[in-house]
Amino acid sequence: MADLPHDTDPQLPPAEVEDVIPPHAHGWWSHYVFSQDAKYIAIQYAGTAMAIGLVALVLSWMMRLQLGFPGIFDFITPDAYYQFVTMHGMIMVVYLLTALFLGGFGNYLIPLMVGARDMVFPFVNMLSFWIYLLAVVVLVISFFVPGGPTGAGWTLYPPQAILSGTPGGQSAGILLMLLSLILFIIGFTMGGLNYVVTVLQARTRGMTMMRLPLTVWGIFTATVMALLAFPALLVACIMMMFDRLLGTSFFMPSLVELGEHLSYGGGSPIAFQHLFWFFGHPEVYIVALPAFGIVSDLLAVHARKNVFGYRMMVWAIVGIGALSFIVWAHHMYVSGMHPYFGFFFATTTLIIAVPTAIKVYNWVLTLWKADIHLTLPMLFALGFIVTFVNGGLTGLFLGNVVVDVPLSDTMFVVAHFHMVMGVAPIMVILGAIYHWYPLATGRMLDQTMGHIHFWITFIGAYAIFFPMHYVGLVGVPRRYYEIGEPAFMTAPVEGLNAFITVAALTVGAAQIVFLFNLYWSRNHGRVAGSNPWRATTLEWLTPVVPPEHGNWGKELPLVYRWAYDYSLPGAPEDFIVQTDPGPKAPAAAPL
Amino acid sequence: MIIAIVLVLIVVGSVAFHMLSPWWWTPIASNWGYIDTTLVITFWITGIVFVMVILFLAYCVFAFRHREGHKAIFDPENKRLEVILTVLTTIGVAALLVPGLFVWKQFVTVPDDAIEVEVFAQQWSWSYRLPGEDGRLGTSAAELIDGDNPLGINPYDRFGKDDIIVDGGDLYLELGQPVKMVLRSIDVLHNYYVPEFRAKMDMVPGMVTYYWFTPTRIGDFEVLCAEYCGTAHGYMRGDVYVVSPEDYQVWLQEQETFADYAAAAKAAQDTQFAQSSQP
Repeated sequence: MADLPHDTDPQLPPAEVEDVIPPHAHGWWSHYVFSQDAKYIAIQYAGTAMAIGLVALVLSWMMRLQLGFPGIFDFITPDAYYQFVTMHGMIMVVYLLTALFLGGFGNYLIPLMVGARDMVFPFVNMLSFWIYLLAVVVLVISFFVPGGPTGAGWTLYPPQAILSGTPGGQSAGILLMLLSLILFIIGFTMGGLNYVVTVLQARTRGMTMMRLPLTVWGIFTATVMALLAFPALLVACIMMMFDRLLGTSFFMPSLVELGEHLSYGGGSPIAFQHLFWFFGHPEVYIVALPAFGIVSDLLAVHARKNVFGYRMMVWAIVGIGALSFIVWAHHMYVSGMHPYFGFFFATTTLIIAVPTAIKVYNWVLTLWKADIHLTLPMLFALGFIVTFVNGGLTGLFLGNVVVDVPLSDTMFVVAHFHMVMGVAPIMVILGAIYHWYPLATGRMLDQTMGHIHFWITFIGAYAIFFPMHYVGLVGVPRRYYEIGEPAFMTAPVEGLNAFITVAALTVGAAQIVFLFNLYWSRNHGRVAGSNPWRATTLEWLTPVVPPEHGNWGKELPLVYRWAYDYSLPGAPEDFIVQTDPGPKAPAAAPL
Repeated sequence: MIIAIVLVLIVVGSVAFHMLSPWWWTPIASNWGYIDTTLVITFWITGIVFVMVILFLAYCVFAFRHREGHKAIFDPENKRLEVILTVLTTIGVAALLVPGLFVWKQFVTVPDDAIEVEVFAQQWSWSYRLPGEDGRLGTSAAELIDGDNPLGINPYDRFGKDDIIVDGGDLYLELGQPVKMVLRSIDVLHNYYVPEFRAKMDMVPGMVTYYWFTPTRIGDFEVLCAEYCGTAHGYMRGDVYVVSPEDYQVWLQEQETFADYAAAAKAAQDTQFAQSSQP
């Protein structure tokens, strides 16, 4: 009993370092532009990520118009189509999801949730954002250079990525893409070191690691993973740049391109794939783990119940993080690597399904005998569970090497990864914004617009990606400008594709409602007051809401309990904040 | 409340779509029925889990929704339940993995009686090479490719002389004869994918990859490139015909060998030389 996470020992360790109040910004520039306040940097990160995300959204519309109504839109040439596909994928994975979860939520929530005044290196934190912004600018510039952006697919596989048969391969497109990624990684590393050191070193008194909210655990683990995974992408980008500019042959064997012998020789295209996926697979969990953490907290707060199996949840996050470094080649079952690798990577991949399933069970069990408030964050959290379970289960098809063979490189894969790392994490992002918007602005988001947004997004996204699995099952390969009506199809997919396109356009339009809501509620939303959701965690307990620079006024908060004391029997309220020294959990509490 | 109903509808709708919709995989034309079986097992196991989890979720949302005076229980951990769920999941996952690995073992083990057929990919067309009477393909290299040697066959390798070249044409395969598809590319990644055969593998410049299968149904099948290879990726298609042994022999006799190519090139060169040396 003694080591239960809801143990509420009122003893606090003495402070190891003195509290330092960060210097205040004085000028307009240092306050609003070159801000060193993690909360402000978070908003900058989130704003930039959403702006570039809007570009990705429009690109997905273009792509769907071509697939749903081939031959009608003249401006979507094959070159343009592949450029849309590539930029959509790269923006969503790296510049939106990674940046928003870590740079956005990480910056806003880590210092507040661990009871720190700010990130430990505020200046480096500021630099992190500006370099990220530069990376985004370089990415945007690539749309306007002759030849346009790269159309190599977001995986950028050589040799095609740097050859003339691919849009942007022999023009500036691919170079700007690689440069932008390099900048992103540099910027991210600055932010990432900050998040890790802040979690390890700047927690307030009483905030042990096992009292951290799962949000912090998710973001923390994802950041550690990103710091280990991104270097593989960095070197791959630099090596490919050398291949393209200096004539080295890291990834380039002897080639004959359209009848002409090129001067490359001896390199290995598969080496790039190993480097790419050594980054790329952890990347999936870099996006997923913050979502896992945040959704656990959303469920707990809005169901008025502790997260079921907190310690198991923590170990599942850490276990998934570690395992995700030895599963990368499941993206390469049919890449031509040695076929015996398939045995190893299929086994590790299916093993990772176990901790992932545990997380799903614990989310669902958190709702068992809970007091479920069907608020917008709760609705999005439920949407997450449905899409994540669906996408996770189709992962068992693709992870099991021999089942992957017929499905690999088909639309089934596209449907799978959109469901599991597109829709599901975005459900969490949206739920989290509805949840923490009142903290950041002091006002609630509009409920009516919120409900319209939720229902269209949730049902629409499911209607896009569930049937798409069957397009792949029929045999339609991914990255096809048009499929036509080949004889192998059991039924034509034209109608289904048109349906998916209409659904995609609708879901995209619903996001505009959401953006308008973000803008409108800033001044017209219902005033939230402090702690509108009656949550236990520290971010809601600042002396002023929205929290000011330095977060905590004169005194740092002291933490006496874990983050999930909801509906404690005998307690006067259905929540006890982390800074409340009593009462203890009753001895008769279950377990 | 509405959300609980919607969750149930999602389950019902998904299962109904799976059962009733006409979109399903194309009938198989190779020996890889085991792959289909494994896939069907996976559909059953994952489908049952999906239905159970989402219905349980819907029940929770309905039964434990907030009402006046309703309070949640306090229930931090339940070791026994967590262990049971972990063990059950592990068993389910093993039930998927073990048959999968057995079939994979077969997939990567080429039978001794398989004949080799080389597929040669470039942007954006397919060519083929079959061994001649010696039953062996000669060595090859991208560096050797020129107008008279489209596949880059080593002219000093005696096994290459009788190799049969199908330059940009269609491939014929003999019904019931196991084939090892030897895959080469000379520019970018490609992937030789015939939906009815269920097998696929990337073709990587600088190396040779393979897969094997036995065609089990006579017919005309479409080849699609399944690894993105540049602008015309979606148009990199071709045809492969599975025919009876007699028809296969007829087709085989019509094809030219590397020696024929070399002789034609030599003749053309001689003519050119003769013409250019005339006064």
